[in-house]
Amino acid sequence: MLALIYILIGIFVASVIWQLTNIFNLKTPIADDSDNDQQGKLMFAFMVAFYALMIYCFWAYSEVLLPGASSEEGLRYDNLYLITMVLILVVQAIMQFLIFYFSYKYRGIKNRKALFYADSHKLETIWTITPAVVLAGIIIYGLSVWTDITDVSDLEDPLVIEVYAKQFQWEARYAGDDNTLGRANVRNIKGINTMGVDMTDTNAADDIPVRELHLVKGRPVIFKFRSQDVLHSAYMPHFRAQMNCVPGMTTQFAFTPNKTTIEMRQDEMIVAKVENINKIRAEKGEDAYEFDYLLLCNKICGASHYNMQMKIVVEEEADFNKWIAEQQTITEVINK
Amino acid sequence: MSDHHHKETFITKYVFSQDHKMISKQYLVTGIFMGIIGVFMSMLFRLQIAWPDHSFSIIEAFLGNHQDGGVMSPDIYLALVTIHGTIMVFFVLTAGLSGTFSNLLIPLQIGARDMASGFLNMVSYWLFFLSSVLMLVSLFVEAGPASAGWTIYPPLSALPQAIPGSGAGMTLWLVSMAIFVASSLLGSLNYIVTVLNLRTVGMKMTRLPLTIWAFFITAIIGVVSFPVLLSAALLLIFDRSFGTSFYLSDIFIDGGVLHYQGGSPILFEHLFWFLGHPEVYIVLLPALGITSEIIATNSRKPIFGYRAMIGSIIAIAFLSTIVWGHHMFITGMNPFLGSVFTFTTLLIAIPSAVKAFNYITTLWKGNLQFNPAMLFSIGLVSTFVSGGLTGLVLGDSALDINVHDTYFVVAHFHLVMGVSAIYGMFAGVYHWFPKMFGRMMNKTLGYWHFWLTAIAAYGVFFPMHFVGLAGLPRRYYTNTAFPYFDDLADINVIITMFALFGGAAQLIFLANFFFSIYKGKKASKNPWKSNTLEWTTPVEHIHGNWPGAIPEVHRWAYDYSKPGHDDDFVMQTVPLKDGEEES
Repeated sequence: MLALIYILIGIFVASVIWQLTNIFNLKTPIADDSDNDQQGKLMFAFMVAFYALMIYCFWAYSEVLLPGASSEEGLRYDNLYLITMVLILVVQAIMQFLIFYFSYKYRGIKNRKALFYADSHKLETIWTITPAVVLAGIIIYGLSVWTDITDVSDLEDPLVIEVYAKQFQWEARYAGDDNTLGRANVRNIKGINTMGVDMTDTNAADDIPVRELHLVKGRPVIFKFRSQDVLHSAYMPHFRAQMNCVPGMTTQFAFTPNKTTIEMRQDEMIVAKVENINKIRAEKGEDAYEFDYLLLCNKICGASHYNMQMKIVVEEEADFNKWIAEQQTITEVINK
Repeated sequence: MSDHHHKETFITKYVFSQDHKMISKQYLVTGIFMGIIGVFMSMLFRLQIAWPDHSFSIIEAFLGNHQDGGVMSPDIYLALVTIHGTIMVFFVLTAGLSGTFSNLLIPLQIGARDMASGFLNMVSYWLFFLSSVLMLVSLFVEAGPASAGWTIYPPLSALPQAIPGSGAGMTLWLVSMAIFVASSLLGSLNYIVTVLNLRTVGMKMTRLPLTIWAFFITAIIGVVSFPVLLSAALLLIFDRSFGTSFYLSDIFIDGGVLHYQGGSPILFEHLFWFLGHPEVYIVLLPALGITSEIIATNSRKPIFGYRAMIGSIIAIAFLSTIVWGHHMFITGMNPFLGSVFTFTTLLIAIPSAVKAFNYITTLWKGNLQFNPAMLFSIGLVSTFVSGGLTGLVLGDSALDINVHDTYFVVAHFHLVMGVSAIYGMFAGVYHWFPKMFGRMMNKTLGYWHFWLTAIAAYGVFFPMHFVGLAGLPRRYYTNTAFPYFDDLADINVIITMFALFGGAAQLIFLANFFFSIYKGKKASKNPWKSNTLEWTTPVEHIHGNWPGAIPEVHRWAYDYSKPGHDDDFVMQTVPLKDGEEES
């Protein structure tokens, strides 16, 4: 019933406008000089408003943006990102100006004739070649960064971690002393062996299942991703890292963390952001929040997709060694 | 011939009509109806994003047992997002836009009595209608409609255990889309054949208006890519209903292992995006074609670089079929393949830039007539640039890593294909309304409609980039599960307010549209002083379009303000004067 009322309200508003149309219809339906003048000026006003909106957004929202990357590879990412963004903004500023300024400047006047200007090979060559050259630069730089990030063959002594996704939580498994993960398949899932580790594989014995990721500052880490049910995506925005978790196959992504969680909590941007967040939380009567690195799910995976998270801690090697020593291996967990 | 006036009943004239002009109106009205539903859905889920946990009576009113005390459930949130995307992309911006204007303009602008096959054209519309009905029926399935995102990636879309919408709702979605593909193919084949064979005397391919070039190339992309979606959907139906393993492998759900082995969801992603990316251009190219025509007419200037425009349409169309992998950089696809797709993707920026520059040069030193259609066309150029530029970030595999599937993507594609294409559609409606209905739409309401929409569109999608750059993934029911995102609440409220405002502004259009059908001012034969052939037909529709012989064409469509002519337009039917050179 209520739905009907809402629909009726919509129809009512529309019919009010319908009635107004009767009045508006006294004028000619085709733009005349006064329309052209008015609309042309509105074009100019809109341009000013649009620039104001863009500047306001950069000014007001810069605080919410991600802070500088927390991984070595991320630093290269940030550099490429910065260059691309500057390029985009410069082109955007120029193009929008031309569109709206020309609209304003050449607003129609009766009896004026437009310039008959149908073609110019010179101009067209310029604006084909220029983007082509600029793009070539971006492509070459972009691909060198991409190859660098995705090529994991040159990592020195990487920490091997399996990240395992399922509706709606993350699990993880460290490769243990031998730094080699044991085989796994969903068909081995049984009781406490929730990741389906194949216990007949000798590499599996020292694997360490965990519910929280700890990484070492300065040591490369290579993630092996699996999923047990639907697609998920492991998204670690602060490290500029993301990879899908695909049922039936293993995917991978590697990076080298370069800031510990503690260092990050003292980062200027994070301090400002957290302060702002805590102000908002205090108003709502919620607990204060402290920064932690995040692993989120970034591929639609079902009802609780929005709440699939795992904490990541980046620490110095000594702290990490202490933490990992306290964890039980999968053999210990199963035989307990 | 014009004298084959067989007797028409109400049914053959208004329902099972084979006249392209009537079919085009049917597409338009169906598209508008679907558009109302699609936009309304977006307003409902924007309420949820801005004010999670808040109770809304409008949500209580429309979402039935999918809400609890005015707060929607996570499942229906995902369903709304899914169906909003499906309806807007396919039903509004493919069928509603392309179906309407290809049907209306192809015969009229090339000088043909009708489509090559009026019957297939009629079948095409009614298949679209059937597919729309099925999609709407799926909204009323008990477990809810399809909710795996409009991209329906398996396994989520294949397993009802994973999300309730993947039960009967998903089945209806797939059947509806299969029928939609059939409809689109019949339509596209018809457009291609008509353009190639039924042009009037003198209408060389190089004299075609850019609208026709856009529709023609769009139809070709459709024929090449839509069948692949059909295959993808069929294989998914097999996996869902007959136990095959095309896309599924090694799945443990609900406490047990499923039998699937050896399939790969990545295969689906390849098949889906083989259509999905060209689809972006199926949506966009007709809008750009319409814009080319309207900007030239209302600038009283020839479109700048006609041949370059055709070349860039063809280049975009070709490239669009070899870039689909840029949706899959981080799916686990081989990184080298990612490099190749980065290369082809960024190449598209070149013809796109040419188009944008050519539009701007067309405005330069024009005598701009700000009819509502012109405003929307200029708006299109603006949003096309704003949205297109961020494609440089997303198309670059390295940069895509961190913005993939965030709100940055949502902002990007809404501007570049959503808002742009819908602006193109509005522009087309305002411009060709006199041709469709013999009456004029109201100008003042058109102005209000444009300005309010333009403010709302940038108000929604410009700030949205920042939400994405802050790292917030799309398709999150709420971001309150992460205190880290608490500071985005304000931006989300602002975005939602603009969205509600923009949605409400569309009521102006609806009122104007339906009012003008019945009570608009009577149109003259060529109200915008345009050059193309459709404005030589009588205002009252007749079967066969022209009462006498089909006019002959002597020049291209863009002789506006040509020196040596008194008027600032020279219709295509006017013979070249002695010594006059064709441009």
